[in-house]
Amino acid sequence: MIRQERMQIVRHKQLAENIFELTCIGQLVSEMKEPGQFVHVRVSDSYEPLLRRPISIASIDRETLEFTMIYRADGRGTTLLSRKQVGEELDVLGPLGHGFPLHHDEKGSTVLLVGGGIGVPPLYELSKRLNENGIQTIHVLGFLTESVVFYEEKFRALGETIVCTIDGSRGTKGFVTDAIEVLPANFQTYYACGPTPMLRALQHQMPTIPGFLSFEERMGCGIGACFACVCKTESLPDKEYVKICSDGPVFPAGVISL
Amino acid sequence: MNRLSVSLPGLELKNPIMPASGCFGFGREYANLYDLSLLGSIMIKATTFETRLGNPTPRVAETSSGMLNAIGLQNPGLQKVLTEELPFLAQYDIPIIANVAGTLTEDYVEVAKHISAAPNVHALELNISCPNVKCGGITFGTDPVVAAELTAAVKEVSSVPVYVKLSPNVTDITTIAKAVEEAGADGITMINTLLGMRVDERTGKPVLANKTGGLSGPSVKPVAIRMVYEVRQAVSIPIIGMGGVASTQDVIDFMSVGADAVAVGTANFVDPFICPTIIEELPDYLDALGVAHISELVGRAHR
Repeated sequence: MIRQERMQIVRHKQLAENIFELTCIGQLVSEMKEPGQFVHVRVSDSYEPLLRRPISIASIDRETLEFTMIYRADGRGTTLLSRKQVGEELDVLGPLGHGFPLHHDEKGSTVLLVGGGIGVPPLYELSKRLNENGIQTIHVLGFLTESVVFYEEKFRALGETIVCTIDGSRGTKGFVTDAIEVLPANFQTYYACGPTPMLRALQHQMPTIPGFLSFEERMGCGIGACFACVCKTESLPDKEYVKICSDGPVFPAGVISL
Repeated sequence: MNRLSVSLPGLELKNPIMPASGCFGFGREYANLYDLSLLGSIMIKATTFETRLGNPTPRVAETSSGMLNAIGLQNPGLQKVLTEELPFLAQYDIPIIANVAGTLTEDYVEVAKHISAAPNVHALELNISCPNVKCGGITFGTDPVVAAELTAAVKEVSSVPVYVKLSPNVTDITTIAKAVEEAGADGITMINTLLGMRVDERTGKPVLANKTGGLSGPSVKPVAIRMVYEVRQAVSIPIIGMGGVASTQDVIDFMSVGADAVAVGTANFVDPFICPTIIEELPDYLDALGVAHISELVGRAHR
């Protein structure tokens, strides 16, 4: 069930250049069930900025009722968010959308998780849950440059982790697709979140492997009412378009027209 | 006594608060959040005869205390609205205002004829003011003669009262208001969005794929308030006011300048519970103003 709650900020720190990790506590966490869902955050009590910000959920602890989001402060809204202090309240609406499937792969199988930049965070909760289900995870995490790399060790604790940067300042030089090119193809499924060109490249690179892709698009309401974040579909006979916020953000590879 | 009840042509409202068309879909999403029967009415998303897929993305852009949108009237078309959306809303105790759009007069007439016959549609809202579509929409709303002709044509086939949604993108909104009143409109809804544009700070290019879009949100409220004030003096039919309503005080302001009821648009995106919150807060506001019934507020600015 979607709830709106003023949640308390319990931790907030900078992880990398303009990348922040923010943890909130509240009853809303008990509704968070699927990795890959997101929340819609109001960063100001005034009308400036007006709209909420969609931010993916990076990890969920339903026992302590805490959840963590990781965001990049690069606009007015997220910069304001980065100034919030521990102890302050945050207006959070969520959980929103449909996340990654947890029962697509059998116990003992190996899957590939591919993240690009600020698309990396939701893969962390996904990887934790897959590992809990006895599924091995290989992570390929792509960043622009060394200064924006985050969570490398956390992913390494869950499985083989390859970090790549466009400029080669850390890990493998190049795109995630370059790193995947040289991976032994021993994974059954791939799960990915990142910019659309990256998702398009992955779909093209692995046409025969089942994949689940998490998309982003500019949103108004976040719940499916405003029709701002629609995408044309490729393979759904009865649906010409889907809404990223409420039908997604995760779709099987091949569904969205890329 | 229900201090919030409002009686308008075709609409017996338990309160004057309703979500504005285009900001509430067909109600399904908000029905997951609260009981829609709390609302005075729902102005459902514009319905066209054919299915419309709308404009390319990005379709929304934020501005100072506002939002630009260029959705482009995306909707599933008349048949699906009749067979899927309106029956879904029938489970709620609420009169529906159906927003009707089209490309040609015949499109409007066809949609109006069928949708007005749906049992839970109690009024039509004629969309002659959408700024985001190439044909129809605003082209009908900026010429008083064309607006009047369309109003008369729709009135002829509609089995429920017809409200006409006015565009603020005109030199004199009262001219259009008077024209549609003379053509038989039962009421006016106003305002639709203001045509606007935003460029990307880094590239200097328009943010919206459509380049221009409709501005809404708190930043448009002073324009809407002024226009409702002017139109209230020009016509005698009821007005449902909207444009930047985001709080209970905003509702009071719109009623003071002459709105009989008030629609909430973009604020639903900021706070999805804004409509029930306003409805809950209104009685305390009436107490504070020393007013027994909300209708006493209507038109205070003109007295």
